[in-house]
Amino acid sequence: MCTTCGCGAGDVKIDGHDHHHGEDHEHGHEHVHADGTRHSHGHGHDGDHVHDHDHDHGHGAGHDHQHRYAPVHSHAPGISQKRMVQIEQDILAKNNAYAKQNRERLAERGIFTLNLVSSPGSGKTTLLCKTIEMLNGKASVAVIEGDQQTSQDAERIRATGAPAIQINTGKGCHLDAHMVGHAMEKLDLPEDSLLMVENVGNLVCPAAFDLGEAHKVVILSVTEGEDKPIKYPDMFRAATLMLLNKCDLLPYLSFKVDAAIEFARRVNPGIEVIQVSATTGQGMDEWLKWLEVGARDTATKKLATVDALKRRVAELEAQLGAR
Amino acid sequence: MHEMSLAEGVLQLIEDAARAQEFSRVTTVWLEIGQLSGVEVEAMKFCFDAVVRDSIADGARLEIIAAPGTGWCMQCSQTVPMQEVFGECPQCGSHQMQVTGGTEMRVKELEVA
Repeated sequence: MCTTCGCGAGDVKIDGHDHHHGEDHEHGHEHVHADGTRHSHGHGHDGDHVHDHDHDHGHGAGHDHQHRYAPVHSHAPGISQKRMVQIEQDILAKNNAYAKQNRERLAERGIFTLNLVSSPGSGKTTLLCKTIEMLNGKASVAVIEGDQQTSQDAERIRATGAPAIQINTGKGCHLDAHMVGHAMEKLDLPEDSLLMVENVGNLVCPAAFDLGEAHKVVILSVTEGEDKPIKYPDMFRAATLMLLNKCDLLPYLSFKVDAAIEFARRVNPGIEVIQVSATTGQGMDEWLKWLEVGARDTATKKLATVDALKRRVAELEAQLGAR
Repeated sequence: MHEMSLAEGVLQLIEDAARAQEFSRVTTVWLEIGQLSGVEVEAMKFCFDAVVRDSIADGARLEIIAAPGTGWCMQCSQTVPMQEVFGECPQCGSHQMQVTGGTEMRVKELEVA
């Protein structure tokens, strides 16, 4: 087990289903759909019941290698033949390949995706509920919730009317792109919508795992220390936007807003900052505006790609016609 | 951070290479770890030993190649050494720095039998 954060493999569940890498799914289970409805059923294997598993398992770059040397005495009896194998691969190559797939699938459908990261208790879920409420159907929002245990957060989101899928990471300390890819399949996301991924509450590990999102958004609440950005610099460096949450409590605290922003810019000079309160609604308009701009850009890019493809098809058809 | 997941990633790369290259034993693993990658080398070694137990890399030696941190100072308009991701420019003291090197986490090579 990891000495830093206690994370380990196994025990991952997506809305109650076991999630394994490269194995068959369990049969006979209770389903919880994105809308919260449940039903149980078993899958029989008599007859020609076929399970299609529609998810490409991408692998990283090719295995580049060469054999550099063999020891001079390699054929002497009793001495093993040692050789060198060059790998030259990023340790996160597998995750990054899944993330790339997710990003492509999301771009094709014009879905603006954010990876929300923070320490536990910063108010991510409350902020999400308030955001969905204030969007009031102007944009379609779906949520992927990550927690080690329980589906309480997904249930809170569903209560707002938005579809949500819960991923339980078990002992894992972060979401990875493979889990998110599976959750995306279950959500049946509409085109030009918003997808919010609420990561496991942890300011350390999720920083390194690309899920295929457009941006990481880090939430820092003013009940925490203003020096968190320099204590946990990786996360603040990975984020595009910092939401300073619970600002309604500032009169009761000694939290220094300017210092927090200064610390955040020290690790990430380009980070944007919005001060909000999910309770009073302060700053929420600015946050919604930020979402609207991002969603519009994503939809525009999708159209540009579609138009480019259409032009290419027309060109090819014209070439074929000329033959 | 998450050294356990990283160690598992290393073992996956080793096992993939073992299938492609047909080797059955790994005796040394070289990892390149950037100074700004956030990886704690001691935790990595601890997790690696635990993860590779009963695998083809059981008991393998882990060698770490450290890659220096570098950043682009926006004030000086040049690449300078960086000790930490929120480090300051050693020339002008500015924090207007973008990391340009030292975030590597790569499996470089293996000694196999």
